[in-house]
Amino acid sequence: MSEFPESEHTENEFPENESVAPTARIASLTAEAQRLADGEWHRLHPATPLLRGGIALLAIIGVIIVNARDFFIETLFNSRNEFDPFSQLAEFGLLIPAVLIVLAVLVLSVLGFYFSWRMHTFRITDEVVEVRSGILFRTNRRGRLDRIQGINISRPLVARLFGAAKLEVSVAGQDANVELSYLGSRGADNLRRAILQLASGTRAVEATEAAASREGGLIEQRVNEFLASELDPDAAPPESIVRIRIPRLIGSLVLSEATIIAVAVAIGIIVTISVSGEYLWLFAFLPGVLGFFGYLLSRLTRSLRYSIASTDDGIRVGYGLLSTTNETLPPGRIHAVEVSQPLLWRPAGWWEIKINTASQASSSGQANAKTTLLPVGDMDDVHRVLQLILPSLANAESRELLEAGLAAGAHDDAYVTSPKRAAVLRWFSWRRNGFVMISDAVALRKGAIWRSLVLVPQARMQSVSMAEGPLLRRMGLAELRVHTVAGPISATIGALERSDVVAFFNQVSHAAVQSASVDTSHRWRSGSTKRTPLTASGSAESVTAEPSTPATATAPVPATDTPEATPEATP
Amino acid sequence: MTERLDLPDTEWRGVSRKYVVVEVVGLIIFGLVVAAATSIPTVISGIQWLAAIPISLGIIFLINILLTPRRVRAIGYMLRADDLVFRRGLMFRRVVAVPYGRMQLVDINRGPLDRAVGLSELKFVTAAASTGVVIPGLPEQDAEELRDTLVALAESRRAGL
Repeated sequence: MSEFPESEHTENEFPENESVAPTARIASLTAEAQRLADGEWHRLHPATPLLRGGIALLAIIGVIIVNARDFFIETLFNSRNEFDPFSQLAEFGLLIPAVLIVLAVLVLSVLGFYFSWRMHTFRITDEVVEVRSGILFRTNRRGRLDRIQGINISRPLVARLFGAAKLEVSVAGQDANVELSYLGSRGADNLRRAILQLASGTRAVEATEAAASREGGLIEQRVNEFLASELDPDAAPPESIVRIRIPRLIGSLVLSEATIIAVAVAIGIIVTISVSGEYLWLFAFLPGVLGFFGYLLSRLTRSLRYSIASTDDGIRVGYGLLSTTNETLPPGRIHAVEVSQPLLWRPAGWWEIKINTASQASSSGQANAKTTLLPVGDMDDVHRVLQLILPSLANAESRELLEAGLAAGAHDDAYVTSPKRAAVLRWFSWRRNGFVMISDAVALRKGAIWRSLVLVPQARMQSVSMAEGPLLRRMGLAELRVHTVAGPISATIGALERSDVVAFFNQVSHAAVQSASVDTSHRWRSGSTKRTPLTASGSAESVTAEPSTPATATAPVPATDTPEATPEATP
Repeated sequence: MTERLDLPDTEWRGVSRKYVVVEVVGLIIFGLVVAAATSIPTVISGIQWLAAIPISLGIIFLINILLTPRRVRAIGYMLRADDLVFRRGLMFRRVVAVPYGRMQLVDINRGPLDRAVGLSELKFVTAAASTGVVIPGLPEQDAEELRDTLVALAESRRAGL
């Protein structure tokens, strides 16, 4: 019964200075969010036990009651069914003990759910978000606010009907998220803002108009909540900068490699059946077929109602039709970006954007959803999203380099590419295979058939390495690798001129140190004295190519770890 | 032979010569185990040509052992102003630069062979699993001093993730 089995090693780092009431700093928020983020312990939404498994219990009770009713009816009309569990129990005279046992189990589980709800508390202070749970085995998990990698609000269908939402605060690490499930839907949105504001390191938050009308009956409110993908209109710009239309979404799925493989397999099955005349083959492939449709469906639902927008506290990505998910990534939480194009998307000119973040989910489905930032989009969408996630690339020069990075192998651009002798190793892509420094990011351009462009912001690089094997050495070539946190993207580029690699290695390793020393994104607003108006990142810019960037993500202020050390803002 | 991948103007600090002993003994033990395991089929079946497997593996191990002194000499590290650079490998050369601010923790490991000759292995861990900076063959005293230096440097250059 250890008290802190899962907590981060922060016990000593944070003297609990609850004297600094966080409430003062989030004065603009609604009363509920203020109450939840005041540094005291709070309980979750009262419907939590029901949503977390109580529904299964209700179903079991339902089944028992239906059986019991049948039993009584059959007893009355004296037409007993031999295989009915009740009549069998009655035959052995065990009916009463059985009923007692069932009742005891019911009472115990209801009590268990109730107490687990009572014991499940959380608090949000200036420094940490902390959750305590468990009856017999107590768990205490604490996440540091300046280490937040993202805040995710998801609303599974059933929870949505109850007006509840799950809030996950992810910190760096494998499955390292502090989960608050469930909260009131509106409360969750405001709480997210509160946490982000506390985490951002702002000292002064001018009063924004709190979310206005809350009139209307409960039903109307619930309906509004159900329909709105984003519930705090003052915090989120209403317009997503990218819109995925249904035809494009379906087209992107049809043209994916998985579909091609599936069609090939289907043709194989048809041929096999028509040749052998054995319909049994159909059953052999049934699991595969089901799996494929499951995959397509999950990709489809993940991309439906997709939205991406810039907010004061980073990028907000939302998707989902029935169960919705809405994640906020604060600035500087994206460690690597890959823009890539499956072969069949090329005629349509579509691209996909994936990212590496420091918080990983161990289940592959979740991990996939978290790392795909843009499921499908054309060149303009790609530029808009890239400018959102790497604001330093929002200039004409960078745009040109990015376009060169995504275009076919032009050989006279700024990219340092492989020499001609590397054509033995990179048959088609040696003209494309190259690197360049775009503003403050390293860009690696790879592949002629499966084109991709990997971008790593210098401030997020962990280390950089160069390597050679016997073959590369014979050819005077080398490989360069930029190390980032684990994820779907590996920033490696091979078969390059050795002297180029050595020069770039030196350049990158110095730039990485420089960028890291001026990076303040772990407290992303600590450098700013005044917040930009909330309306700045609104819909007007979303039509043009340049949306406004998140407020001062890379302000050149020396890194400060404690909010106390930040320059005092004007109140 | 063409020149190897290297950083120009770098004064590499090498590791202890005693590390050759650790490597060689380790290779001999491993080689004997592998040779014994692969010769089981020959002994059981009595087929002559199956003996080629342990013999060829033995030759590979022998070459490896002979190259060990050069391989150990190829290991080098250097503390630059803001980062640690590390180099290793003869055939497969790898050079890594890690900014001090990226350090998450430093491990010191001592295997039984290391302990016998008084050496330690220092592992530099960052948030990226692929960084993989492991400096073997440091005398115990040096390893601890290096660790303290690195921790102090990392503390003065602390950055976010």
